Amino acid sequence: MADTREITVTINGETETREVETRLNLADFLRHELELTGTHVGCEHGACGACTVLVDGEAVRSCLMLAVQADGHEVTSIEGLAAADGTLHPVQQAFWKNHGLQCGFCTSGMVISVVAFLEDNPDPSEAEVRTALSGNICRCTGYQGIVAATLEAAETLRGEN
Amino acid sequence: MVRYTGAEVQRMEDPRLLTGHGRFVDDIHLPGMLYAAFLRSSHAHARIRSIDASAALALAGVHGVFTQADLAVPDTAQPMNQLYPSPVIHQDITQHPMATDEVCYVGQTVALVAADSRAIAEDALALIAVDYEPLPAVVDCRTAQADDAPMAHVGTDTNLGGQLRSAFGDIDEAFAKADHVFSASFMQHRGGCHAMETRGVLARDEPYGEGLTIWSSTQCPYMVRRALANYLGEPEGRVRIIAPDVGGGFGPKAGFYPEEIVIPVVARQLGRPLKWIEDRREHFTATTGQRDQQWDLEVACDKDGKMLGLRGVITHDNGAYMPYGALLPFTSITPLPGSYAIPALDVRLDVVFTNTTPTTPVRGAGRPYGIYAVERMVETIARELQIESAEVRRRNFVRSDQMPYETGAKLRDGMPVRYDSGDYHACQEKALELADYAGFAARREAARAEGRYLGIGVSACIEDTGVGPYEGSTVRIEPSGEVMVRTGAASQGQGHHTMIAQIVADQLGVRPDDVLFEAADTAKFPQGVGTIGSRVTANVGPSSYDAASQVRETVLKLAAETLEAAEQDLELEDGEVRVAGAPDVKVTLGELAMKLAPMSGGKVPAGFKPSLEATSYLGSSGSPIASGSNVAEVEVDIGTGEVKVLRYSVAHDCGIMINPMMVDGQIIGGVVHGIGNALFERMIYDDQGQPLTTNYGEYLLPLASEMPHIDIVHQETPSPLNPLGVKGAGEGGTIPAAPAIVAAIENALSDFGVVIDYYPVDPQYLTGLIDAAGAQAAE
Repeated sequence: MADTREITVTINGETETREVETRLNLADFLRHELELTGTHVGCEHGACGACTVLVDGEAVRSCLMLAVQADGHEVTSIEGLAAADGTLHPVQQAFWKNHGLQCGFCTSGMVISVVAFLEDNPDPSEAEVRTALSGNICRCTGYQGIVAATLEAAETLRGEN
Repeated sequence: MVRYTGAEVQRMEDPRLLTGHGRFVDDIHLPGMLYAAFLRSSHAHARIRSIDASAALALAGVHGVFTQADLAVPDTAQPMNQLYPSPVIHQDITQHPMATDEVCYVGQTVALVAADSRAIAEDALALIAVDYEPLPAVVDCRTAQADDAPMAHVGTDTNLGGQLRSAFGDIDEAFAKADHVFSASFMQHRGGCHAMETRGVLARDEPYGEGLTIWSSTQCPYMVRRALANYLGEPEGRVRIIAPDVGGGFGPKAGFYPEEIVIPVVARQLGRPLKWIEDRREHFTATTGQRDQQWDLEVACDKDGKMLGLRGVITHDNGAYMPYGALLPFTSITPLPGSYAIPALDVRLDVVFTNTTPTTPVRGAGRPYGIYAVERMVETIARELQIESAEVRRRNFVRSDQMPYETGAKLRDGMPVRYDSGDYHACQEKALELADYAGFAARREAARAEGRYLGIGVSACIEDTGVGPYEGSTVRIEPSGEVMVRTGAASQGQGHHTMIAQIVADQLGVRPDDVLFEAADTAKFPQGVGTIGSRVTANVGPSSYDAASQVRETVLKLAAETLEAAEQDLELEDGEVRVAGAPDVKVTLGELAMKLAPMSGGKVPAGFKPSLEATSYLGSSGSPIASGSNVAEVEVDIGTGEVKVLRYSVAHDCGIMINPMMVDGQIIGGVVHGIGNALFERMIYDDQGQPLTTNYGEYLLPLASEMPHIDIVHQETPSPLNPLGVKGAGEGGTIPAAPAIVAAIENALSDFGVVIDYYPVDPQYLTGLIDAAGAQAAE
């Protein structure tokens, strides 16, 4: 029988306790156990970045982390980013305004990665943004709208617009 | 009055997608659902002696293991139907939903496991024992017709699957009278799909209800419905296909796949909903893509570089089966001779089978091959006659006063290729100006002083868009006053909802936010074609416009009666019809809709039909031809062979733009796809037919860090073929990208006389050329 373990994870502010298979990865835990399907799985080998979530504030590829490793930690997924009243996070707002998404599949991971990046580097150059985004693959946009959105969100978060 | 057509309206799709509330196939969970995994061939070519699934069946949580023989279909010996039959196909070989006794490429479906979880299903795959007898494989299309080539399929005596020809004018005369004849041979390699969402299929059967319901990550739900109903021998009305949110398509999701038969059939046999989600490794071999074409061309020209004729032979790597007819080969040669007025053409294209994943269109389909080829010949003339390539183009472009211009070629449906409108000269000048082409010599010189090698490359393209025959739309005003638009056209991220809402809002005097949208569900709209070939704006645009115009007429007629006013005195704005000069005399769209939607005991006003709605299938009368000129500026590191794209400029003409922001998105995304083709994306097979690039460490997709900022300028030459003046925009970025990049690399290395005969131009290949050129110079 499959090896299981009980874990307790804080997800988007809510505490969840579940019995999970030890081989279950965090992405599948979020998607299939917690039904938070906003986290998308694009490659399952840590290359595309679509499944990126925040674990204790750090950007993590949830396909490369086991659910049991999240035990006792705080996870933020795309569903936890907007305000309770539905107001979009400045990064989400900037993606919308700058046409930073088309099909929307890579978007969750892109937005989360940008949120984490701007925490570390609140005033990046375009070149720094492009380097930061190089861990997330988008097939639709050609990245230009995403780069523009990141620069604009940085301004907003710095209180400059 | 606000006009939304032509405005950069923010997309209505986005808030949902930005907050994680999209609904992709894998996000749908049905009660009692089981999960599937496919066992796929590990051999490029082999005979299957036996399959033993007993150990897999014994695994706890496994509900069944199925091979082709186990499927409850009318005839398990029946291969899948040809989607696009054509007389040019000599050997119409399609695969079975799962292999019978022979596998012909790595990744071909062999068996399916259904289990309580995907993990258990994958565990069970490892327990299925298949006894294969390996057979020789043919892998390289260039040697597939050699006398000693292995056959891709047992029992055949040639790998030639079909042959196409495009010819017009007097080719012999053109070559006889030419001042110069130049030849060029080159291989082109285009990569695969790589939508960030892989394919997926979920099926449920309701034997006493509507039959099968299938959610598929498809571009063409009506094609899936037709093909599945045909294979099962059941009426289309008993097969409902829904394309929910689809995470990118790019062509390969437009086909009909084995999984789209096997999953519904097994769901029905097990009496449980069944879901299959392709993993990324599967995607590399189970999803079709493009690959190799070998081109051997000759061009005849006069002393000024004016082209007189083009002829040659092309070999197309078709992969192991032909699921998609000859569409990819057709679209490779029908764009010839590109943007140029060349009086004579004669090209032949051989479609050959190889033991590799079948090839079908990827963004641009065959057009990027065809345009690359003709642009190569322009560059060849420029190099040989020492004329700037932009000038060679000027001397050869179809002129705007020649529009509409018939090239002499014929489309798949036998209709002549006719360029409807455009100004290719002006478009190129715009691109050159945007790129500061005139200032390049100084930039190049400054860089050389630092030991850096800069190059500039120009390309031009045409794109036949908006293929018919229809893509309809129903526009209905709801009693709430909102407007509901229903269409068959599936979206894979293009923003159809927003684009159509803008068109309809202008006709009905509402805001785009008031326009609701339902698409890509065969139960909600009766007939559609699909989202391929940059066709939606040029088909659903006109049909939505026409349907909304008809509704507008009804609205005004009914309002005139209601308000006791003359129609010509009425204004339709802000969701209301008002009498001009008497703004208080008004009726809302919702009130008018309610008049045509009474309940029992009510009455529909005389002269009107129930439900305030109209349906139209109006499309474009012919294929609107978009065009563009691109300029790439690159830096080549002559030591490492690394190519950096420093600057990229696009002048593009897709007629009237509904939403310029979204057009830019299509162009930029398309250019980056094309740069990926030119520099990075390579699907490699070894000589046994084993794929060597099956993850994103081995297969390189373009990343933000390698891409330049792309500058765009638009030229809007209206298409006369539809009432909106629109042309398609989805592929015009991709088509001219590789020729511009490759020309720029050659330009950077002009001191070395490097001629590129292959793309993607990776560092190993390029350093090889530079070294060879250096060695030659030293001799």
